[in-house]
Amino acid sequence: MALSGLDIFKLLPKTNCGDCGVPTCMAFAMKLAQKKAELSECPHASEEAKATLGAASEPPIRLVKIGNENTLEIGNETVMFRHDKTFFHPTGIAIELRSSEDQEKLLSKIKEIEQHQVERVGEKLKTDLFFITQDSQDKGDFLKAIKLVKQNSAKGIILDCSDKDSLEEALEILKDDRPAIFLRQELTEQDIELAKKSQASLILTAQSFEELAGQTEKARSAGLNDLILNLESQGVGHQLQDNTVLRRSALKKNFKSFGYPLLSYIQAEDGLELIAKASVFLCKYDSVIVLPRYDKALLYALFTLRQNIYTDPQKPIQVDPKVYPIGEPTPESPVFVTTNFSLTYFIVSGEIENSGLSAHLVVADTEGQSVLTAWAAGKFVGEKVAKFIKDIKLEQQVKTRKIVIPGFVSQISGDLEEHLPGWEVIVGCQEASDIPSFVKKVKLT
Amino acid sequence: MSFEIPKETNAGKVRTITLGATPEKGGTRSQTVKIGGSTSSPFHFFEGENPHPPVVAMEVFDQVPAKYPDFLRDHYRDVIDKPSAMAKKCVDEYGADLISVRLEGTHPEKGNRSAEEAAEIVKQVLESVSVPIIVTGHSHFEKINEVMKKVCEATAGENCLINYVETDNYKTIAAACLAYKHTLVAQTPIDVNLAKQLNILLTDMNFPAEKIVMDPLTGTLGYGLEYTYSIMERIRNDGLAGDKMLAFPMLINPGYETFRVKESRSSEKEYPEWGDLEARGAYWEIATTMSLLVAGAELIIMYHPRAVGVVKKKIEEMFVPKKGN
Repeated sequence: MALSGLDIFKLLPKTNCGDCGVPTCMAFAMKLAQKKAELSECPHASEEAKATLGAASEPPIRLVKIGNENTLEIGNETVMFRHDKTFFHPTGIAIELRSSEDQEKLLSKIKEIEQHQVERVGEKLKTDLFFITQDSQDKGDFLKAIKLVKQNSAKGIILDCSDKDSLEEALEILKDDRPAIFLRQELTEQDIELAKKSQASLILTAQSFEELAGQTEKARSAGLNDLILNLESQGVGHQLQDNTVLRRSALKKNFKSFGYPLLSYIQAEDGLELIAKASVFLCKYDSVIVLPRYDKALLYALFTLRQNIYTDPQKPIQVDPKVYPIGEPTPESPVFVTTNFSLTYFIVSGEIENSGLSAHLVVADTEGQSVLTAWAAGKFVGEKVAKFIKDIKLEQQVKTRKIVIPGFVSQISGDLEEHLPGWEVIVGCQEASDIPSFVKKVKLT
Repeated sequence: MSFEIPKETNAGKVRTITLGATPEKGGTRSQTVKIGGSTSSPFHFFEGENPHPPVVAMEVFDQVPAKYPDFLRDHYRDVIDKPSAMAKKCVDEYGADLISVRLEGTHPEKGNRSAEEAAEIVKQVLESVSVPIIVTGHSHFEKINEVMKKVCEATAGENCLINYVETDNYKTIAAACLAYKHTLVAQTPIDVNLAKQLNILLTDMNFPAEKIVMDPLTGTLGYGLEYTYSIMERIRNDGLAGDKMLAFPMLINPGYETFRVKESRSSEKEYPEWGDLEARGAYWEIATTMSLLVAGAELIIMYHPRAVGVVKKKIEEMFVPKKGN
């Protein structure tokens, strides 16, 4: 939690010695509050000042990393609502693998998950982690499963194993891979030793706030700080509330014991249940979601939700500026032009598709601004649109010379015709939802 | 270790809205549905009151949407183009709390069905089911005004939810709602200020505030969901903080919006990495719904029967006053 200049001043020696380079302690305190100076510049700072200011400069929710090659970073969130700023570190999605599974099957599953990715709005969406569960007596199976993942994937690994011998050997295999250890039972001295030796982060499990706080304090006092919290709530409604309490305690009360990212292992009967729960937990504060199985359709929905929720509300997502074919356009199909704000693109392309017409959709580069905003900023004007069309060599790709512009920018039609000789500029409708009726009324081919 | 749960209390409260009317109140519904009344963020029983669970409506059509997917059609088969029979199936088999009758076929370019025919369809649906009814229109102002006037008159006293008016077209429909005792949806395009302004315009014409449901406009998953999500959270927060012109329950349309996007219509053959089509469609509708539920949605209009089943079950699970912990 941020301290005010006055709070900091109270912790300083108040001697105005000037050794820090600033004439008075008050002035130095102000600089510290604005993060324009560091306490180490004061040679006379007390231990108390160091401890208090040190704690105040720590992020309220710690950044935790899992994996070495493809590192997942989670935590370090600062707000309860994404509209207050943004959510910074997208929820990691882990798929569970079980050691009892047949080796061949396991291998093909690992390979498939490793290769699986979906592209959406220029981003490659994929899973982040493997969650490996020891569910057979044989230690060998568990270790083999780990080796298979290590050989075939660069994703981070969470180990779920109650047998400490197996765990120790597993950590030896993963000694350079920064894994995480999922503890189903209360934290023990042995766990602390293993975590220290392997530099793995610890996922602490508890059934109540008090028990969870007790465990994080135990870990913290042993010097372990890479922690992830798994509060086992009773059902989705309680978990929504519990996750809110944990996040709020960390952010608003500076309650250090809960200043760590949250994880859920989701149990569900079928895919519908699974996506329902995962959607709630993704929105409300889980930093890692463990899915018990691999399901492409479900992952696509979850990836998209993650992309939506973790988009910075201040920065619109952009699509690549270029020509997009809608339906199956021929060189004679008409050309529509719009901006590269992703929402504009999705709505316009969707409505052209709904109209049943095939067309070329030119998405001009407006730095992600919507039609009216881009026009007002001078980024969506005749000259610039014409230049873009020439740059992408549209005239060589299509035979049509009809181009439809959004109704809201009818002003640019003259300018555009001037800069695009030979083209007929048609002013379209203002709302994308009217495109299907617009194309019925206006002859475009 | 001792720990005190940090609670936040609010000065404001979301208005309670009643949908439908029983015979004592001049209607024919066997029961009414109440939404709203919360004093906290959605489902935060630990720090506030949430007297009424969110409800799920299912939609029937005077004309089946052109892009309605085959896998959904398969659930309804012979009743898909019989609104009253489809409504009955939705209530009896799928547990719909309300029925929305979408009158897209009255749009001049989509069939131009007459206002009288539309009113007849709504009346038939009212006869076939006993749950409250939502009447959903379109944005052809002239025609929808005529249709809604007729529908309001023909269903006088039923306290239907007339869906929707917008800033550029609210007077005629609001007046008809007022005259025939219906409730109204105020729809605005994903903007807190516009939403507030429309509510002010409506209450300025003496439309009762306890008869307004807000529609902040649903962007489905991947198509602006994040905007809807954050606008809903802001509206809910502002309403709870005491802004009375934002303290209304909110409606969302995940069904209509989901089943017209590519992701719920393109086959796995076409996009292998997208996975099975029918499952994907249901997942898409569920993910949209569940995320907007935690943002504050209280009335949800859905399409996929299996998605409806799971959402209703989750609402029940989430609607439990805090025990233990």
